[in-house]
Parts: sequence; structure tokens; C-alpha cells
Amino acid sequence: MTTLTETIVAPTGADAHERKPGSKPFSPLRVVAFIVLLLMAIGWLLPFLWAVATAFKTENDAASGDPSWIGPSGPTTEAFTAILSQGNVWIWAFNSLWTSVAVTLITLAISALAAYAFSRMDFRGRRWLYVVVIAGIVVPPQALIIPLFYEMLAFHLVDTHWGLILPQVVAPAMVFILKQFFDAVPIELEEAARVDGASRFRVFWSIVLPLSRPILASVAIFVFIGAWNNFLWPFLVINDTTLMTLPVGLQTVISAYGVQYAQIMAQAVLAALPLIIVFLIFQKQIVKGVATTGFGGQ
Amino acid sequence: MTTAPQTTRAIVTGAARERPGHAGGKRGEQLVSWAFLAPFLIAFALFLVWPILHGIYLSFTDQSLTGAGGDIIGFANYAEALSDPTTWRSMGNTLLFTVLSTIPLVVLALIMAVLVDRGIPGQWLWRLSFFMPFLLASTVISQIWVWIFNPQIGAANNLLEAVGLQPIAWLQNPDTNLIAIVIATVWWTVGFNFLLYLAALQNIPAQQYEAASLDGAGPWRQLWSITIPQLGPATVLIVMLQILASLKLFDQAYQMLGGVASDTTRSIVQYMYEAGFVGYRFGYSAAISYVFFALIVVIGIAQALVVGRRKEQ
Repeated sequence: MTTLTETIVAPTGADAHERKPGSKPFSPLRVVAFIVLLLMAIGWLLPFLWAVATAFKTENDAASGDPSWIGPSGPTTEAFTAILSQGNVWIWAFNSLWTSVAVTLITLAISALAAYAFSRMDFRGRRWLYVVVIAGIVVPPQALIIPLFYEMLAFHLVDTHWGLILPQVVAPAMVFILKQFFDAVPIELEEAARVDGASRFRVFWSIVLPLSRPILASVAIFVFIGAWNNFLWPFLVINDTTLMTLPVGLQTVISAYGVQYAQIMAQAVLAALPLIIVFLIFQKQIVKGVATTGFGGQ
Repeated sequence: MTTAPQTTRAIVTGAARERPGHAGGKRGEQLVSWAFLAPFLIAFALFLVWPILHGIYLSFTDQSLTGAGGDIIGFANYAEALSDPTTWRSMGNTLLFTVLSTIPLVVLALIMAVLVDRGIPGQWLWRLSFFMPFLLASTVISQIWVWIFNPQIGAANNLLEAVGLQPIAWLQNPDTNLIAIVIATVWWTVGFNFLLYLAALQNIPAQQYEAASLDGAGPWRQLWSITIPQLGPATVLIVMLQILASLKLFDQAYQMLGGVASDTTRSIVQYMYEAGFVGYRFGYSAAISYVFFALIVVIGIAQALVVGRRKEQ
């Protein structure tokens, strides 16, 4: 895995898409490529645009099966106002936000500290301990739901946000990625600071972490997306409606809404919106993050 | 600030020369190391190692969710799991889904990345279009695709009718519901592989193309002789990650069928969930999860062997 990940790591920014030599600007092949890409992009955008269009229809138009983009009754924000004014959508959004931020911060903190120790410190059992941690990457979290749930019962954490957050903060893959990065940071700066009397933690906090901002951002974005979209664990551990996250909450009301397609699509659009905004803002970091880490959710 | 050689020597020889109160000597350094490691290791032990071990124990008991049972019953759960047709059925569904989804998820990602990498204008648009669905929660993609696959009013059947085909009850029909889940999954997750391929393409030195171009190789020739072979390691990684991801099928399959169990879409993770949280049989569910774990390990070893053999050649 190590070598494989390293071999596909992009050395520079994600925007380094220079035109490959040998393909002339207006060759027929490039025109064909452009058209094929355009068709694929349309195909990929259509389902989401379709959902957006439906969210702006009246329930009658949405249920009529009329394939036009704008229903006979014209566009309306009825579905959105209905969703936002009733139910627990805002509470769920808040729960999603705070639990995802907590998962991200805790994961980053404990993974970075451990990765730094594995990268820079000499302690007994370092090698085998690292092997054990890395082996954790292959463990599918889904296979642990039963004993984890049992553990949460014992800790009285079922139906609490901590029960939701804590099991998600163990990310051996992130320790691996951060260690790879720390290994590549020149050691001279740290040594100078150490000689000047700075403690290990001080060196880590004031020198290593600031240098690691790009990789920390990439890791943070991925952990955040994963936590925001996680379904199975929050679905199992939270039963209290007011404690649910957005994906779980929305899932529970779908049956309650019956065939109100416009409202269901409005929910889908609302739930997707925060992450699409995050993507538009952090596009470069996300692309770079995929490239350097090779790990993602799903 | 001192120069590098001096500081190295200072670190190697002189930990004890540091000011008192800081890590003094080997023992101090050991303690600091463990202080850095402790938060992660505690979480690792509590939420990964312990559940693995406790799960093995549970799988040998008749523990139920309600707290009843808990006696050790030996290999009875495993014997039942392996003779239970639903286990095999859900494992078969999972493997079929893995094959059906991995092929388009790798091939389409490659096509997208190669096309985008050829310097076609509109980079941000292609990236946004192909990757955006990956950002959506499974709940959201399930809702969108349930709507598209709706037999009466869904866009999928509009499309079929437009080209003169008969409408299909996509998710209701056991012959097509797994295919519908595959289509939704490919749409949802192909962007991640696309970005991985794009990163790999950027690592191919431009000089290789220049040299090939001077030798008179056209775009197709360059694609087959440079691009595809150079993408070998990336392809191995993407296929491996994709197989592991596809084997974990649950969220979208469960939600697109509205939480209803279907013989043709029930994945092994879903059966695990049903046995534990619907059937209240924690012990049995734990046994199924280790059968699933074994499947992942076997496939992982098989992949490692294939990759290893290819490297030897």
C-alpha cells in the first residue's frame, strides 16, 4: 500500500493540467474529446439538477410524472418553506455540524500526535506498534457494529452524541498519511529549536503543525465529509429524534412524508448544499487531498 | 540557531544536557513518546482492538440485544451462518455487486481522467460534475435515485420510453433492482477514482510524450504505449480500494429499497444488521461479521498475490 500510494501522489498543485505536448489545440480528436466530456458531464449533473428542479415544483406537478423541468404551475419554494418550517431539520443540521466538527478535530489531534511520535521519536516497540496500527486500516468498521454497540451500552453512551463521535475518531489511515508527511519534513528546524530548549510538544505545536497545514487541511476535509455523510453508525446509536444527524433524520421522515416528492427533493438539496459549498471553496485542497491520500469515505 | 551537524550531534549525544524540567535522558524521552501516543492508542484500543476481540467472543455466544442469553455455545453460530442460505445469498449479492460496480467505476474513471487530462478547457466544470455526487450523503443519493427509478413518474422510464423501450419497475423488480443500485453507485462514487487517476496522469513526465511525438507517435499510440502502461500502479491501487469499498455495500442498497429486505439486494453488511438489530441476535450477527471479515481478508490476500506475481514478471 505504501509504495502504491506514493507512486500516484501528485507532486504539485491540482491545477497543473498543462496541455500535453503532441495534442494540437484544435485537432479533431480534441473536439471529439470535448464533446464526449460534455455529454458525460451533462449525464453526471442531470440527476442532481433534476432533483433541484423537482424541489421547486408544487407537489401536484412533482407527482404528475410530467417530464418537463418546470411544472405547469410554475416554480415555487413551497417545498423548501414546508421543510424548513416544520420538523427538526435545523436541529439535525446543527447536530450534524457539531458532531462532524468534533470528530474532525479529535481525529486530527490524536492522529497528528501519534503520527509525530511514530515519525520522530525513539521509543521501545515503535516498529511493531506501528505495524499494528497500520493493520487497522483494513478492518471494515461495518464488521464492528455489534461489539461497538455493546460497548456503548456498557458505557451508557447509546443515544448520546459522544457515543456517536468517539468510535469515529479512530482513523489509522490518517496516522499513516500524516506520518508519511512528517517523515518528509526536514528535521533541521526542529533540532535547532530543541537545542534552544524547546520541549517536544512546543516543537510539534509551533514548528511542525504550521508546516503541515496543507496536509492537515486535506485530512480534515476528508474526515469531515466522512463524518457528515456517515449513515450506519449514527443510525444505530441514536434513537432520540432530537439527537439525530441530518442523513439519519431525513431517512426517518421519508416514510412520514409519503409521496411528497417535492419536499423529499428539497430535503435532499438542503442536505447536499453545505458540502457543495465546502467543495466549491476548498476545491483545490480536496482534489489534492484525494491525490495525496488515496483514502476516502464510502 | 545552530548549524545542522552540530544540532544533530546535540540531539544524539546530549539529551541530558537539556535544561532541567525538559525530557531528561532516555527515560524522559520514552515518557514523552508515550504521552504523544496515548490519546490515539487509548482510542485505538477502545474502539478498534477491543471490539474485534469482544466480537470474537460474542460470536461464540447466544447473546441477544435484549441482554438475554450470553452462554458460550461454541461454533454453533458459525455452523448456522455457513448453512444459512441467506448468508450465502447475501454474500453472492455482495460479490455480484462488487464485480458489476468495480468494472464501470474503474473504466469510466479512467476515460474521464484521460479526456480531462488532455487539456480540454473547463477543468473546474469537469471536476465539479464528476466529483460532486461523491459529496452527497447516501440518504440524498438514495432519494434522488428512488425518484429517478420511480416506475410511473421517474426520469429513467421517461428516457426508456423516449427511445422506444418498455418502462421497467426498476427497484421493485428483483431482476433489475441490483442493477439500479449499481447505476446509482457508479454515479455517486466514480468521481473519487476519477481524481485518483487525474493525479496519476499528472505524474507522467511530459518528456515521454514529447519524445514519442518526435518519433511520430499519434495520440492513440501515445495513449496505448505511454499513458495506459504508466497508469499501471494507479490502476492496481484504484481496483483494490474499489473492491474493498464495494464489498461494504449497505447504505444505498438499504435506503433505495426503503429499508425493506430484498433477496436480490441484501448485502452481507445488511444481513449482519438484520440479524443483530432486527432479529436481536448479537452473537449470530457477530459470527456473520467475522464471515464477512474473512471474505475481505481472503480477497485482500488474493489481490496481494496477483499484484506480487505481476511484479515478479
